Amino acid sequence: MTVLQVNGASKRFGSLVAIDDVSLTIEPGELRAIIGPNGAGKTTFFNLVSGLFAPTAGSIKFDGRDVTALPPEERVRRGMARTFQITEIFPELPVADNIRVAVEIAAGYRLKPWLGAAARAVVAARVDELLDMGGLSDKSDVRAGALSHGDQRAAEIMMSLALRPRLLMLDEPTAGMGDQETYDIARLIRRLHRQEGLTIMLIEHDMRVVFNLADRIMVLAEGRVLAEGAPQEIADSDKVQAAYLGKAAA
Amino acid sequence: MRPARHRARAFDAAVCLLLLFMPFWMGAIGGYTELATRIIVMGLAAMSLNFLLGFTGVLSFGHAAYFGLGAYGAAMAIKYLDAGTLPAIGLGVVVATFAAMAIGALIVRRRGVYFAMVTIAFGQVFYFLAFRWNAVTGGDDGLTGWHRLPINFGFATLDIFGNDKAFYYFALAVFAVSVAAMAKLIDSPFGRSLTAIRENERRARFLGVPVEFHIWLSFVISCLFVSVAGALYALLNNFTDPRALRFDLSGNLVIMAVLGGMRFFWGPLIGAAIFVALQDYVSSHTENWMSVIGLVFVLVVRFFPRGVLGMLRGGAKA
Ligand SMILES: Nc1ncnc2c1ncn2[C@@H]1O[C@H](COP(=O)(O)OP(=O)(O)OP(=O)(O)O)[C@@H](O)[C@H]1O
Ligand SMILES: [Mg+2]
Repeated sequence: MTVLQVNGASKRFGSLVAIDDVSLTIEPGELRAIIGPNGAGKTTFFNLVSGLFAPTAGSIKFDGRDVTALPPEERVRRGMARTFQITEIFPELPVADNIRVAVEIAAGYRLKPWLGAAARAVVAARVDELLDMGGLSDKSDVRAGALSHGDQRAAEIMMSLALRPRLLMLDEPTAGMGDQETYDIARLIRRLHRQEGLTIMLIEHDMRVVFNLADRIMVLAEGRVLAEGAPQEIADSDKVQAAYLGKAAA
Repeated sequence: MRPARHRARAFDAAVCLLLLFMPFWMGAIGGYTELATRIIVMGLAAMSLNFLLGFTGVLSFGHAAYFGLGAYGAAMAIKYLDAGTLPAIGLGVVVATFAAMAIGALIVRRRGVYFAMVTIAFGQVFYFLAFRWNAVTGGDDGLTGWHRLPINFGFATLDIFGNDKAFYYFALAVFAVSVAAMAKLIDSPFGRSLTAIRENERRARFLGVPVEFHIWLSFVISCLFVSVAGALYALLNNFTDPRALRFDLSGNLVIMAVLGGMRFFWGPLIGAAIFVALQDYVSSHTENWMSVIGLVFVLVVRFFPRGVLGMLRGGAKA
């Protein structure tokens, strides 16, 4: 069944139309990249899908159900998880506790005033597994705010993964990273997609990453869908060359 | 266990020992048993406030309302209903907790200063009620004509009225149960969801935490324990008056928490001990004790923003 179906979504901020009649459908297991120049509306689109803002018009269906009116936490409960363009973590807590909070919430424990030893062990094992996957095992006791930029982003991705999402939304996961860090994150995303079969929506400026990973690409410009298709179609599109790549080169 | 953990455990043990023998060493440093009890009671109030302030990241300037409701509830139960000590405390706590549930629901969407302002506004409502409703509350003169009663356990009687050390240990037992419950909650999945809200509300929400509901719960729990302290306070004084509900008490609780170190579990207790001891000592020399406490507060916060415990313990966390 279709994971995400956005129908004619629009968002205005005063007189600015940040998202203008955007529709999109994502199938299970798909990795969809969203690209476009700065200010195109990519992050705003994520905000509509994840529920940070309500759309001015249009609807959002997740797993076949209309979620347009649901608050973010309820969408999360149904399987949406996201990271932010500016990393959002718990800076004063150790890395392990950042992940642990996410694991406990995912397990449905957020209101529990205590946990039995068995449940604690299951949580601890899952935390270790995620720390390992994010390459953070040797930093588990470090205050998350003291991590390098790349490790903070990895921690945020691991917190989102802890939720075992049906749809993972990543907003420029490699922004501000060096080549090695970018490569590590790209490899992690590929693994999540190819091996774990995760459905992923990815906003990304690094074209090497986009063309290596994406099954399909949506190009946004000035809030509208400029083009949509397989990576090769997008690379060959004159429209995209002119409006997007041209502008980026200028 | 990591060394930091060992140090935290050792500190917990030291605090417990000091509290256990406080009526005995208090005398040696010029104090008296009632002062020790006051430290315990205000310490419990400040630690309860800090459940919300330090461990959920939400500032309330209205906690005196629930402290005062606990105090009036217990006092009126004894005066008008002939209630025993424990039922009287229970009644005060139930009344305060219901008030917190209702008011919490109205204010939980506000954030930061706005939240603090509304808590003051609602807090003052109870102050004026106690002040004006003479016939029931005794008005400005306070609720007199009652006193705490010995507790009859069936097999034994604890004379908390006649023996001030007995009352200290009764208060300490109530303190211990309350503080242990809060410690347990803070170190639970629920408590971690609250810390997550303090650290980054947006991240918490996008991990699936219904933030408003969790803040409401934290507010109610915090008010519940502050009302326990309020009930003990009325019993301690055999008296209560509208000042137990007034916003300057709310402010004092915030000062205690910040002074001692609001990121530390024991911080507010240390802050309360300093506050209450200074108040007792300075007020016997000058009317203007609040200026002295204000000065100490400003100096500590200026040079040790993490409070006295933050200063003593360097980078280590409670
Ligand atoms: N909360 C908001 N209030 C007002 N305007 C906003 C808000 N969020 C975004 N905008 C505006 O909407 C437009 C689209 O912004 P958005 O952040 O979605 O772009 P983007 O494609 O993610 O850009 P970038 O590549 O720089 O991250 C911009 O003009 C931006 O200024
Ligand atoms: Mg963006």
